[in-house]
Amino acid sequence: MAVIAPVIKTPIAKRLLRSRSDRRRAAFDRTMRTVALLAALTCVVPLGAVILFVVINGAPALNLDLLTKAPKALGTGGGAAGAILGSLQMIPLAALMAIPIGIGAAVYVAEFSGTRSARIVRFAADVLVGIPSILVGIFIFTLLVLPFHQFNAFAGSVALAFLMIPVIMRTSEEILRLVPGSLREASLALGIPMWRTVLSVVLRTGLTGILTGVMLAVARAFGETAPLLFTALGSRLVNVGNFSKPMDSLPVFVYTNARAPITALNQQAWGAALLLLLIVLTINVAVRARSFRRNVS
Amino acid sequence: MTTVQPPGRSLEGGSGGAADRLFRNGTRVAGGFLVVALIAIGLMLWLSSSQAFGEFGFSFVTGVVWDPVAAIYGALPFVVGTILTSLIAVIIAAPIGLLTAIFLAELAPRRVAVPLTFMIELLAAIPSVVFGLWGVFILGPFLGHTIEAWTVDHFGWIPIFAGPPYGIGLFTAGIILAIMIVPTIVSIAREVISSVPSSQREAMAALGATRWETVTKAVLPFARSGIIGAIILGLGRALGETMAVTMVIGNGQDIPHGLFDQAQTIASKIATSFNEASLGLQTSSLIALGFILLVITIALNVVARLLVWRVAGPPGGS
Amino acid sequence: MVTTMTESPSTPAQPPSPVSTVDPVAVRPSVPPPARSVHDDGAAAAGSIEVQGLNVFYGAFQAIRDISLTIRPNAVTAIIGPSGCGKSTFLRTLNRMHELTPTARVEGSIRLDGTDIMAPDVDPVQLRRVVGMVFQRPNPFPTMSIHDNVVAGLRLTGRHSPAELDEVAERSLRRAALWDEVKDKLKANGTSLSGGQQQRLCIARALAVDPEVILMDEPASALDPVATLRIEQLMAELRQSYTIVIVTHNMQQAARVSDETAFFTMAEDRAGYLVETGRTIDIFTNPKNQLTEDYVSGRFG
Repeated sequence: MAVIAPVIKTPIAKRLLRSRSDRRRAAFDRTMRTVALLAALTCVVPLGAVILFVVINGAPALNLDLLTKAPKALGTGGGAAGAILGSLQMIPLAALMAIPIGIGAAVYVAEFSGTRSARIVRFAADVLVGIPSILVGIFIFTLLVLPFHQFNAFAGSVALAFLMIPVIMRTSEEILRLVPGSLREASLALGIPMWRTVLSVVLRTGLTGILTGVMLAVARAFGETAPLLFTALGSRLVNVGNFSKPMDSLPVFVYTNARAPITALNQQAWGAALLLLLIVLTINVAVRARSFRRNVS
Repeated sequence: MTTVQPPGRSLEGGSGGAADRLFRNGTRVAGGFLVVALIAIGLMLWLSSSQAFGEFGFSFVTGVVWDPVAAIYGALPFVVGTILTSLIAVIIAAPIGLLTAIFLAELAPRRVAVPLTFMIELLAAIPSVVFGLWGVFILGPFLGHTIEAWTVDHFGWIPIFAGPPYGIGLFTAGIILAIMIVPTIVSIAREVISSVPSSQREAMAALGATRWETVTKAVLPFARSGIIGAIILGLGRALGETMAVTMVIGNGQDIPHGLFDQAQTIASKIATSFNEASLGLQTSSLIALGFILLVITIALNVVARLLVWRVAGPPGGS
Repeated sequence: MVTTMTESPSTPAQPPSPVSTVDPVAVRPSVPPPARSVHDDGAAAAGSIEVQGLNVFYGAFQAIRDISLTIRPNAVTAIIGPSGCGKSTFLRTLNRMHELTPTARVEGSIRLDGTDIMAPDVDPVQLRRVVGMVFQRPNPFPTMSIHDNVVAGLRLTGRHSPAELDEVAERSLRRAALWDEVKDKLKANGTSLSGGQQQRLCIARALAVDPEVILMDEPASALDPVATLRIEQLMAELRQSYTIVIVTHNMQQAARVSDETAFFTMAEDRAGYLVETGRTIDIFTNPKNQLTEDYVSGRFG
């Protein structure tokens, strides 16, 4: 075996010092971490900008007139009462349709997880979430408007329900998965029928989470415009209770008045947008603040 | 932690008899509804667009003329508009979104990461039509007077930067889309990055890597496919975004040639023309546009999800 | 040559007697013995670690209390003790890996050849090139080839020519007793190897940056007995050039492999502390502390 000369090594103290390239690496590290911080701040700037300008332009327009008056047939003046009432009617109906189906599908997937049919259902939900809402609008148009040659608010509610169902289903499914199997098994072992077990044990422990999902879906539905354009259409008349006719809604009101060439109507658009933003952000903040507090504590 | 249920076990048996059967079938119906809905949407759009495809064949996709009077319909200007706006959006949103995700997942202390994440989620909650309103009255004019004007002044001789800088057009639409898809990219990329096992980070750190080097050399390569999936999902959202784009993109009928031209995307064209369209070929053509959009979004969605699952695992296991 | 002691934990009454045996080697690849290294001024290689009054906290919880010990250079020091008594925590402070946990806090001093490694002007990045680490579960980088895994640490500093990298890769793989098995498939993915091979790959990776000290956190606990044996043989060879500190919950392994042993245990408030340290032979055959004797002879409760 050849004799190998001893290796001359640098003392440790010297190796712990930074060389030129080490200093460069440290500087690069600091730089990139700052860049990442700046990127994160950049994401937040638009949030502030949108809220700021909606408040600045919308606050003066958000008066009693806007909230209580119907649109005028001619010229300016009037308000968004029709739109507000429209949203307040269509969304609860949509939720009424979406919640049972969404939760039901979630229960199915959570209880049957692992089977091929459950995987197919979950896949369908994932794909549905990604479908542009305007295409859902076209679909409902061909289904519920075209055959009757009549734009109607019911079609609008159905379109909104279609958009809410996958959201409710996915959040509910996640919650249901978190419920420990031992609870289910204990209940079944006591002889409680399956349907009662699922409804009481599972849903009750997961209820807050499911409610969160529903609230977020509702917030989303408040802001959806495109599907309503081809279904409930929008209207200058105040429609209360008649789902077989067109009905205005807050987002459609914003859209229509934003495009109008009359400044006074644009201002109404800002006011309605502020209202819409308040509703949507309040729901989101309330829902997320609960989990935020839970995370921090 | 998720519990693994043997398939079918928990809904078998039980002593509820008829009520149980009703319950079981009820959930089955609910689950089936989703599948049926998905198929129905695709089917309906295909059938309704068959008239247009039958009339024009493949040249529908390549046609550049959209003329209701002459009853000639071609999708190309809108396909190009869709692609260009989404491309601008992704080129801007992907780096910013990825850097933000890295910041939130790897670099930021919790006191900073939690509120920032919260704010980015709020950004995602702003309705599209509010973005559009803000875009058409605030952002558009701002961009027109600043970036667009400056670019046209200095580089206007290059055709792609030719003016006039309206503020309403492709560029502004791209910027607004970027703002709207950043939260999507950030949230998925963050989830993917967080799922990289800490043993990878430790291995790189133990070799004497700086924080940033650990991220770029150990974490990102591991999470690569998931990050690409996040970006594709952002792209998918940009393609289908309607209201904000409709309000700031103007009303271009031709294929846009310059960055600041007015244009239309598939979604904006449908939104503006659908209700006035005459039933028959015109409506069918608009629905055909929608069908093209559907195919592209579903394909991207599926590919993206598969990529994300490769890193972060399928949701809930199985 | 590896000295093996037989132990009978089931008869606590008798202190076990040392028996020397021939090393139970299955296959021994021929590896050129690493050279004895000397410093510029001719002094023998250092790499000694002196720990004084070390306390480690995670937030308000004290994980380690008041540890003082000296780790001899060019020797294998084993840290043994029941689980949860802070062995791994202690190991990780030696290359400041505890700093990866935001709530970790350290008091006391750790001196590497006289330099306090916790000093503000010591960059952990630099420290970790001098004090390397091998983890419990092999963690090669799955997106890199075997060759790239080995030189991953080297690539971080400055430019190296491909020839240089190849040379270092070969040298490190030889030292880790892995070269013969992978020399024809250096481009293969790092995770295509068996568990034991992956761990030797991780050792080669740690060796490539030329450390003085190698920390090993239960390096063989995830491996089968044959692989474990090869790792132990490796440690015996490596100690000629490096200082090795290993954490192990396997007493027999500590007895087989180490020159010095430190016994940790957990106090009632769950803080870990050092009970006794000394030559391995002494710790196992003639411990000074009753707790030590109880532990090495298998008595508990």
